[in-house]
Amino acid sequence: MDHASTIGHPAGGAHAHTHAHAEPGFLRKYVFSVDHKVIGIQYTVTALLFLFFGFALMMLMRWQLAYPGQPIPLIGGLLGVANAPGGIMLPEFYNQLGAMHGTIMVFLGVVPLAVGGFGNYVMPLMIGAPDMTFPRLNMASYWLYFVGGVIMLLSFLAPGGAANSGWTAYTPLSNIATVGQTWWLGGMLFLILSSLLGAVNFITTIVQLRAPGLTWGRLPFFVWAQLVTSFLLLLAFPALQAAAFLQASDRLFGSSFFNPSGLVVSGQVLEGAGGGNPLLWQHLFWFLAHPEVYVLILPAMGIVAEILANNTRKPIWGYKLMVGSVIFLGFMSFVVWAHHMFLTGMGTTISAFFQTTTMIISVPSVIILSALFLSLYGGSIRYNTPMLFALAFLPMFGIGGLTGLPLGLASADIPLHDTYYVIGHFHYVVAPGTVFALLAGVYYWYPKVTGRMMNEMLGKIHFIGSFITINLIFMPMFIQGLAGMNRRLYDGGQQYAHVQDVLGWNLTMSHASWGLGLFQLIFIVNFFMSLKTGKKVDANPWRATTLDWAATTSPPLAHGNFETVPTVYRDAYGYSVPGASADFIPQHAEKA
Amino acid sequence: MLEWFGLPQGSAHSAEIDYVVDLTHWLMLVLCVGWGLFFVYTLIRFRQGANPVANHHGIKAVWSKYLEGLIVLAEVVLLVVFSIPAYNARVAAFPAEPQSTVVRVVAEQFAWNVHYPGPDGVFGRTDIRLVNTDNPLGLDRSEAAAKDDLFTINEFNMPVDKPVIVHLTSKDVIHSFGLPQMRVKQDAVPGLVHSVWFTPTMTGDWEIACSQLCGLGHYRMRGFYTVQSQADFNAWVQEQRELMAP
Repeated sequence: MDHASTIGHPAGGAHAHTHAHAEPGFLRKYVFSVDHKVIGIQYTVTALLFLFFGFALMMLMRWQLAYPGQPIPLIGGLLGVANAPGGIMLPEFYNQLGAMHGTIMVFLGVVPLAVGGFGNYVMPLMIGAPDMTFPRLNMASYWLYFVGGVIMLLSFLAPGGAANSGWTAYTPLSNIATVGQTWWLGGMLFLILSSLLGAVNFITTIVQLRAPGLTWGRLPFFVWAQLVTSFLLLLAFPALQAAAFLQASDRLFGSSFFNPSGLVVSGQVLEGAGGGNPLLWQHLFWFLAHPEVYVLILPAMGIVAEILANNTRKPIWGYKLMVGSVIFLGFMSFVVWAHHMFLTGMGTTISAFFQTTTMIISVPSVIILSALFLSLYGGSIRYNTPMLFALAFLPMFGIGGLTGLPLGLASADIPLHDTYYVIGHFHYVVAPGTVFALLAGVYYWYPKVTGRMMNEMLGKIHFIGSFITINLIFMPMFIQGLAGMNRRLYDGGQQYAHVQDVLGWNLTMSHASWGLGLFQLIFIVNFFMSLKTGKKVDANPWRATTLDWAATTSPPLAHGNFETVPTVYRDAYGYSVPGASADFIPQHAEKA
Repeated sequence: MLEWFGLPQGSAHSAEIDYVVDLTHWLMLVLCVGWGLFFVYTLIRFRQGANPVANHHGIKAVWSKYLEGLIVLAEVVLLVVFSIPAYNARVAAFPAEPQSTVVRVVAEQFAWNVHYPGPDGVFGRTDIRLVNTDNPLGLDRSEAAAKDDLFTINEFNMPVDKPVIVHLTSKDVIHSFGLPQMRVKQDAVPGLVHSVWFTPTMTGDWEIACSQLCGLGHYRMRGFYTVQSQADFNAWVQEQRELMAP
């Protein structure tokens, strides 16, 4: 495996840094760095900030849902007269918050953290690579993401505010929306480009730069998950890129890809509309956005698998089955998109097709989740903070997956479509599912990055508080959805007679969401405090087997990752091997 | 299940839809309880204190394969036996129009225009150039077929126990025509006409709920629908006709 030539380091095992590197300046080292670890940290910190910001938007919305028409306390006056005169939120602003919450959480929070953050920092270490294949592309990827994020944030200042047509930006509503929608499209173009560059880099790195001996069968599950994720990004995002160009063209140049003939908006005939089809947008959007769901989940599954193996002190169950399932899941994720569109006028054949593919894709998901559950059996379970979050992922993702069943069956989808049931379903997948897994990852790899542990007591408080409050937010959504409460209602459904009995849950959910916010403050304090006061640990504090823990703590920046390129002799999960002297054998340990 | 949460089964096909919802939730319950018990058991039994040395090989589970098979079987049954037939009955297999109550529903920001063809059973021609506040549908009044047409805003009445066919479209953006008590929901897409049908079996007054984000007034895009006896419906039609007469 002659990987080193790509990077410009001498090939071979003994890889001493005898040649002189000019020490890079501060900007080159920490800001415009091409080192995957710096870029990984930049991604992680930026994405965490966006996660908190996106969550803050939701906490504002939850005020309006719990106390419709009442002035927002404390910060209501700061939101501006155009958004919340007298502190009372306007429906226009509510719709902006809704659209931007979704956009920020998915495209600026979870994916950049799961792929850009963990993928960038951990994956090259885990495969024993000195860096990514294309370090400059990697830097470009981060900065494109950063610019996309800034555009999204600034769009709140656009006349009429930010995008307000939902994160799905359905046409023609988005075509006739205020200028914030154009900003949104501009931001998306940057974010998509960033993801595409990242995906190319991840794939080539995993294919080209694995350490000697690290065969496909020895690859940690985390790396498999990142590989499949990258293919999804690479193949699905271009559809949305194209769609965003077409929508921008409709909005700016008067084309009509998505506007049909004969539109009358507010009593005025819409000039120039004609010949387009609004459903084309939905097909292109969901062709990305369904694989995107797996872009969110797969890295989370990868993180959970690593933490579970480490803290049960035994291999994950059914490694080959899991790898097979994750690849199959990747393929299938491209043929389920229209299950988001059952009620757009779909005929019998197409709906039968998409119902069937949706049931088929549930099989590999069930296999992976079952394998993770079965992995616990026979373990010697250590309950540290990363493990608690990783364990919580299992039932939470389970609930999220199972509640997808009635939505994937077109008949049962009729009453449930566009109700709170849908919100409950995908939030169980993404929030207490994926985000918990990402938090587990932060706690788990923190000592690798900083050389210090995060505080366990604060970590456990963070976990228990988050676990309780997040379930109080999302569990009642199933009740409201089954009662027929529609989503995206500015007044939380107050006007409708049939949901009066379940309105009270809005209060519970809103208070729980603010509680969840408070518990995240504990995480923030812990995150920064532990930089200074966390317990100092050696390079492998969790006694883990994979190569990321073979690198020194806080691996040196801009100098490759390993003193000598490690050679791999065994599979990724050498835990509690019978007859071994310790309860773990690192992948790079030579055979005894 | 939906009945239990407050949505009566107001149409002939409600029970069939609800049955699929119920079955999937029974499946969920069984899996949640089963895996939940396994989960709790392993968390307690295999904690470090109780099991200091892990077993490298873990569980030798043959039953997990059977369980996987059972879940697949349950999904196949749900899909083939229940869901596909139930959905196909909704979007195909339309009743004959002469034996049904036929209406056009044209959604707009933020109201529902309901268009009845009148005794001749023929909808008058509409043209967007004729749209104004008095004529939200742009109905061409000069045409013979339009003379007896009725239209209402946010008011949709229908006789009970007779199939209803709704030809649905939108003037501006995508809306979604939701009748929760009838288990009816269908997107109203501008430029396209989608038809939906159901047979109301219960009289009552309920609300039409817009179920697709359609702009700042989405939350108040609420209409009313009434299922009534044929006699009451006839009286209502007469009343509307008098209101509309010049």
